[in-house]
Amino acid sequence: MAAPVVIVGAGQAAASFISRHVALGNAEPLLLIGEEPHPPYQRPPLSKKYLLGELERERLFIRPLDWYAEQGVETRFDTRVDAIRPGDRQVITSTGEAIDYDRLILCTGSHARSLPAEMGGALPGVFTLRSIADIDRMAPEFQGGRKLLVIGGGYIGLEAAAVARQLRLEVTLIEMADRILQRVAAAETSDYFRKLHAGHGVELREATRMCRLLADDGRVCGAELESGEIIDADLVLVGIGGSPNIELALAAGLDCDNGIRVNTLCQTSDPGIYAAGDCCSFSRDGQQIRLESVQNAADQGDLIARVLAGEDVSYNALPWFWSDQYDCKLQIVGLNLGHDRTVVRPGASESSRSVWYYRGDRLLAIDAMNEPKSYAFGRKIIESGKNPAPETVADPATDLKALAMG
Amino acid sequence: MANITWKMEDGSEISADVKDGLNLMEAATANNVPHIEGECGGCLSCATCHVFVDPEWFARTGEVDDIEDTMLEMTDVEREDNSRLSCQIIASPELDGLVLHVPEPE
Repeated sequence: MAAPVVIVGAGQAAASFISRHVALGNAEPLLLIGEEPHPPYQRPPLSKKYLLGELERERLFIRPLDWYAEQGVETRFDTRVDAIRPGDRQVITSTGEAIDYDRLILCTGSHARSLPAEMGGALPGVFTLRSIADIDRMAPEFQGGRKLLVIGGGYIGLEAAAVARQLRLEVTLIEMADRILQRVAAAETSDYFRKLHAGHGVELREATRMCRLLADDGRVCGAELESGEIIDADLVLVGIGGSPNIELALAAGLDCDNGIRVNTLCQTSDPGIYAAGDCCSFSRDGQQIRLESVQNAADQGDLIARVLAGEDVSYNALPWFWSDQYDCKLQIVGLNLGHDRTVVRPGASESSRSVWYYRGDRLLAIDAMNEPKSYAFGRKIIESGKNPAPETVADPATDLKALAMG
Repeated sequence: MANITWKMEDGSEISADVKDGLNLMEAATANNVPHIEGECGGCLSCATCHVFVDPEWFARTGEVDDIEDTMLEMTDVEREDNSRLSCQIIASPELDGLVLHVPEPE
């Protein structure tokens, strides 16, 4: 029997690849290998509804567990791949088993960065947030009245802070940069979320560095700041970004550059090996970028299925992203990388507005806060290559729909 | 429980019993209905679960709120009066027998 297409890593990219492969009627056999005990699941709800306890685990699954067998897809969950042998077209599992592949697809994802153990990163009561297991460990600790310290003002930290406030924990969030979301958004967006969280009772401290976590009786009890100040905490969530899982690829000699380098076909430096999602990096507008998003994982997985089916396609999808915090729905379209100007379009209410990013005259991206029209029509405007003047979009009287359709 | 039928443009059909409380995007992906993707997991950000509701059922599928109404502007196949994002339709006994038509993007 012919060797299967082997997919290593059972996340969004893998699920999208398999879904498209099946939908295209491609008869090549598939084997999905995942380290976690679960079939591919949605990660975004982990820091939102799943942490709140509003979504049962099975509803996170992108396809039901039985679906894979029904489609003739072989699965091995709870299985780690330790090595790739590109010369033999084999992967080696942690139990030493060698599995032949025809083509290999790496969907190994990313992992949450943690604090070094010297700083207290390994203490009981310190959590990172990336997997079902992370939430299952952390959720029982999310009890009203307890003190949560969030380290890092990125989307994960802010979403967890919002859930914690909804569950009536006392929340302090520290960010070492001058402002929350500094790496990913303009000051206007940071301002919006600072105000949102402050209004919900989060103590938000920017430009604040921590030296180390403190322990009492073997468990975390707080943090010491660079200023010498002590912040008490019953539990700590570390949300300081993610790193791509590239160890397998590096050891196999694949080119890596902040992720496994892929071309526009999502092919690595070994033409028999593809990569998709958080683990890979690719060239966009002359820059090597890596995205941690559902959109990117889903679209790249989908693209590889089309490439294997012989379609003439290349990866050029427009990025989009979302975050839910309290009653704010943030929707982002485009990539704001390299922007040199932003304008704010006011919304219908105090809690709604959108931030439009430009480089020169070119519209790059939009952050829409409770402003779905800016997101939906803005997406059409960017897709169609139109570049309305910043003054035009900042004018609330401008009809975005007309701009998009015109 | 509600028995839901998805009708494709090529005339094929898929029917399934859907548990109360599930949304019909989840039900569609669980039952392998083509062209329903639901990339955003049902949080009104992707518009990839667009369906046309059989007109006699439309009113019974619930209200279209402002966000859904806006997101319906981004569907691959252009919206019509009976368009819904199926992640916003929640299965209940009142929807037993519901028929959804699945648009096929070019």
